[in-house]
Amino acid sequence: MSEGEKPALAASVRGLGHSFKTARALDDVTLDFPAGRMLGLIGPDGVGKSTLLSLIAGARKVQEGEVTALGADMRDAAARAGVGPRIAYMPQGLGKNLYPTLSVFENVDFFGRLFGHARAERERRIRELLAATGLDPFPDRPAGKLSGGMKQKLGLCCALIHDPDLLILDEPTTGVDPLARRQFWDLIGGIRAGRPGMGVIVATAYMEEAAGFDWLVAMDEGKVLATGTPAELQRRTGTDSLDDAFIALMPEHKRSRHRGVVIPPRPADGQETAIEAEGLTIRFGDFTAVDDVSFRIPRGEIFGFLGSNGCGKTTTMKMLTGLLPASEGTARLFGHEVDPRDIETRRRVGYMSQSFSLYSELTVRQNLDLHARLFSLPPQAIPARIEEMARRFDLLEIMDALPDALPLGVTQRLSLAVAMIHAPEMLILDEPTSGVDPIARDALWQSFADLSREDGVTIFISTHFMNEAERCDRISLMHAGKVLVSDTPAAIVEQRGCKDLEEAFVSYLEEAIGESGRAAKAAAPDLAPVIAEYDHHAAGRRRILDPLRVMSYARREALELRRDPIRASFAFIGSLVLLFVLGYGISMDVRELPFAVLDHDRTTASRDYTLDIAGSPWFTERPPLASHADLDRRMRSGELSLAIEIPPGFARDVAAGRDVGVGAWIDGAMPSRAETAQGYVQGLHAHWLQSRARELYGEAALAADFRLETRFRYNPGVESLVAMVPAVIALVLLFIPAMLSTLAIVREKDLGSIVNLYVTPVTRLEFLLGKQLPYVGLSMLNFATLTAFAVFVQGVPFTGSLAAFVVGGLLYAVAATGLGLFISSFMNSQIAAIFFTTIVTMLLAVQYSGMIDPVASMEGSAAAIGAINPASHFVTIARGAFSKALGFADLAGSFAALAAAGPALLALSVLFLRKQAR
Amino acid sequence: MRIATVWRLGIKELWGLVRTPALLVLILFAFSLQIYVAATATPFTLNKAPISIVDEDVSPLSARIATAFYLPWFTPPQTITLSQMNRRMDAGIDTFTLVIPAGFQRDLLAGAEPAIQLNVDATRMTQAFTGAGYVQAIVAGEVAEFARRYRAEEVPPVDLVLRARFNPELNPGWFGAMMEVVNNVSLLSVILAGAALIRERERGTIEHLLVMPVTPVEIMVGKIWPMALVVLGAVLFSMTIVVQAWLDIPVAGSLWLLMAGAALQLFATTSLGILLATVAGSMPQFGLLLMLVLFPLQILAGGLTPVENMPDALRWAMSAAPDTHFVSLAQAVLFRGAGLDTVWPQLASLAAIGTAFFALSLWRFRKSLG
Repeated sequence: MSEGEKPALAASVRGLGHSFKTARALDDVTLDFPAGRMLGLIGPDGVGKSTLLSLIAGARKVQEGEVTALGADMRDAAARAGVGPRIAYMPQGLGKNLYPTLSVFENVDFFGRLFGHARAERERRIRELLAATGLDPFPDRPAGKLSGGMKQKLGLCCALIHDPDLLILDEPTTGVDPLARRQFWDLIGGIRAGRPGMGVIVATAYMEEAAGFDWLVAMDEGKVLATGTPAELQRRTGTDSLDDAFIALMPEHKRSRHRGVVIPPRPADGQETAIEAEGLTIRFGDFTAVDDVSFRIPRGEIFGFLGSNGCGKTTTMKMLTGLLPASEGTARLFGHEVDPRDIETRRRVGYMSQSFSLYSELTVRQNLDLHARLFSLPPQAIPARIEEMARRFDLLEIMDALPDALPLGVTQRLSLAVAMIHAPEMLILDEPTSGVDPIARDALWQSFADLSREDGVTIFISTHFMNEAERCDRISLMHAGKVLVSDTPAAIVEQRGCKDLEEAFVSYLEEAIGESGRAAKAAAPDLAPVIAEYDHHAAGRRRILDPLRVMSYARREALELRRDPIRASFAFIGSLVLLFVLGYGISMDVRELPFAVLDHDRTTASRDYTLDIAGSPWFTERPPLASHADLDRRMRSGELSLAIEIPPGFARDVAAGRDVGVGAWIDGAMPSRAETAQGYVQGLHAHWLQSRARELYGEAALAADFRLETRFRYNPGVESLVAMVPAVIALVLLFIPAMLSTLAIVREKDLGSIVNLYVTPVTRLEFLLGKQLPYVGLSMLNFATLTAFAVFVQGVPFTGSLAAFVVGGLLYAVAATGLGLFISSFMNSQIAAIFFTTIVTMLLAVQYSGMIDPVASMEGSAAAIGAINPASHFVTIARGAFSKALGFADLAGSFAALAAAGPALLALSVLFLRKQAR
Repeated sequence: MRIATVWRLGIKELWGLVRTPALLVLILFAFSLQIYVAATATPFTLNKAPISIVDEDVSPLSARIATAFYLPWFTPPQTITLSQMNRRMDAGIDTFTLVIPAGFQRDLLAGAEPAIQLNVDATRMTQAFTGAGYVQAIVAGEVAEFARRYRAEEVPPVDLVLRARFNPELNPGWFGAMMEVVNNVSLLSVILAGAALIRERERGTIEHLLVMPVTPVEIMVGKIWPMALVVLGAVLFSMTIVVQAWLDIPVAGSLWLLMAGAALQLFATTSLGILLATVAGSMPQFGLLLMLVLFPLQILAGGLTPVENMPDALRWAMSAAPDTHFVSLAQAVLFRGAGLDTVWPQLASLAAIGTAFFALSLWRFRKSLG
């Protein structure tokens, strides 16, 4: 606002354009959002509402045009960082920016720490926010276990913790039940009353919500159709409801497709039962999710299932499809008891689950085709059927698009098309219209009506939209696993004496919930005093590295690690198992190699020659060879590693002093083993020659003799274990920390919580360091147990400086996790990240580390990699500390290289990681 | 199990691969560049082994010994002092240090049987073992040559004609390249099959499949065959284009026999991937589990180090791993040119292990679906 240009604007965009690959999301949008008002974005799915909001929030990189939010130019990183703390952004999707394994309190606490609140301040705010949102009874419940409405309230708490001047909400109430929705808006109202200066920009699919906003922007196909107050829009279009106004604003070609939903009355005949449930009950542990639910749905009926989030609707549906076995009671489809093994019944049922259930790797057409074929539709009928479904669900233009590129509403339509591709007699639809715009929703309902009335398809549907519930033949109202009421919509309204279904619904629920619902509502206005004056400049401190924010991320990551005991114990026990198995298993010494003799001479002399070999510890003799063919065969099969051929007349020729050649064949398939064997054979041959000489010439033969005293240093017993264990420690401490830290970040990208990096004041360096710290800690813990295991269990002597080894371990932990961060900075899919990390760590730790072949002996690129490889330096340090009695001074070179590796990798990660989505 | 369903589900997996370019690039890398690097970077066991000599004799004989060490087997020896020796060995600069004592030549010729000391860094296992033998042979050869001029007697003229079969030059690149191909077979297939299942579970599409007329065994086989096919194709590409054409490494036996072995190996490893995916709850857990299972499999199967001297219990345990048999089969076929008559036991073991893994993972998979 310091620029003094129109201070009354919350945000403004000029000539804004945005494209994703081929799709144009926004096209030359120019808008001014007045400050301190409640602003709504309405429009069909996929017209650029979400893109516009994420651009204003700074979560996405501006491609064309200008975006100004609270007076700051969002194209400029410094301005964005400065204004960031004053903007709060809740992305689309229930709980998208929350951490599911963290508790309610911990989620809010994380954001509080991120914005640098002091402890007392933070706790006061959290307490009051939770009280105001009605979340205070369960601060310890994991966010992932909350119902949709509660998730959104929690998201709001997280957004409000830093008193934003601009609140950006992307479809915050999509998929939320009416009661929770009402509470949510009450809450927003309370906050606005306390902070009149705060602007709110909301994208919504609910016209009844939008009708209560101050000012609306209607959008279509990346363009603004109209702006104004709800009343203005209605006046301009000459309509009396916002729903109609919205439809009237649509361009002609879209509007023409819209017709009011007409559902003819159901013919009274055909009382054949399609779905029947009797006393359905399911328990998870001591929690009863569905409690004694019974209903009977005749063929061709549209049966609506309503209820708050998490009341057991989805669970009931899953029991009907056979996905979950009922604890008690029975469910019958078409008179057959539900049996997961019953393939024939499945052909008659179409199911659409609430969670996204399409193959994102297949195009729209391929998705339809796959499902048609899986249902074994006749191949010649498939193209026509796909065409028909595409037309019915308005998918014709996007047949070759990938689902990920489509807006939520369109994918919902595709999911429906997929569920209906095989013309089932029964449809079980779990919130099929969540997030779908009004025009498309009406179109869907028209097809339900047609299916029910014309084709006699039974439709079992759950929904949060009251106008949809009113269209059902009968509805059931569920709460906390129990059916509260089950009747026709009209009868329910009448029974309750309410003016409409929504009111009846809310009153049923409030009665069931008792006091808690009202308590939450009453608390909302109390929020105003919470929101005191707050110094945004403190939160937005322009510092590259704020230890508080680093610790906030580190703390959260450590909590998540603790909540996932399997991951932590895999890391922990896995390290020990690897050390144990590899330490014992990798053995470079070669003993008891099988050999056989092809003896053409068969004399005492020839026998004497081979006995020397057989008597050595390196070779064991196998039955003699009969012929060259036998030799060939047995060497080919790998049975023999060495074959000796003694020529005919060996004894005679040796005695006569004639030249004799003894043949030796070594299996060269594995060169390292062959080399060792070769050395042994030569040594044995030399020994034999010497003893022959001694026999011939007596002691005089020793005249030119000398002794070669070989001292195997550092590992006098030449034990593989002593040589390998330090190297295996290096290997394990690279694999596991690198994998953990890679996935810690790539997972956030995959699941969406990376958006918190985009929109909070945390810098890339802080984010990465915060992610890295817990894994460095885990790595050090592993380091300690591995070292103890090696010394006390495996009995590897530790001779050097423990202090030096610990420092080396710490530097290595930083480098190994740094490697993971680096990999994650350019990887977006978890599979590819696992794959890449496996290959890279395997190469670095096994092939280029000096574990088996010394780095000093490597060639070309291998030598270069070996020189900068943290693993090779740590192998030197580990072997030095374990076996060579070395300390800091002796290993200075390796320490220097290792100390440089960590920061270098971190710097590279900062460089590659994006602070905004594209 | 209906073939059409399995076919369809498999095609879907292939599309999934095509639409993840990062994975394709990695597969290509694993079977081309990585093989090339393995072939060219693996040093000969004695390649530039660093050696120094402490020459306290400074005689013609000691000078002669010093010149007997040369590239590529040894670095040209540095002449150092006794006090430098410890420091250099501690820092890992030298693997070998030869100490020739004062008066060595005199004592030798006088028949006093003098001693030369060879210091070996025994933490470097490969070089320590092979190199010590070489050093001994080289020194003995030089001393014998030198002594011959001062002596009349002849030692019996028995020559040892030593030849390495199957890889006459003992070029470790041959071994490195082909074993890399073999190792990548299990690495890739376990990751691809397991991750495909986890992805399906994390996105909730598996639930979708289960309400359709599709059985668990169809889902599982629908994941196994496309992944196996992709890897099999990559192996064929790698063996013909990369190994034979580019790197010019001869393949002794029948490639088709190798491919048959690889197909059976893939049957086992893709099943293993599914098994691991049913144990792991999420992608990060799967990643860790992979490390735990894959690394021992690869390192202990015989493709990297000799298996002859592993502790018996471990060898016995590793005989249940498909990799052990596949590595042994691949070595027999690729290097020794063995035929079906020789490697049928490995094929039979692979088939048996594959069947067991498949049954086990199908059981786990069914259980995990509730």
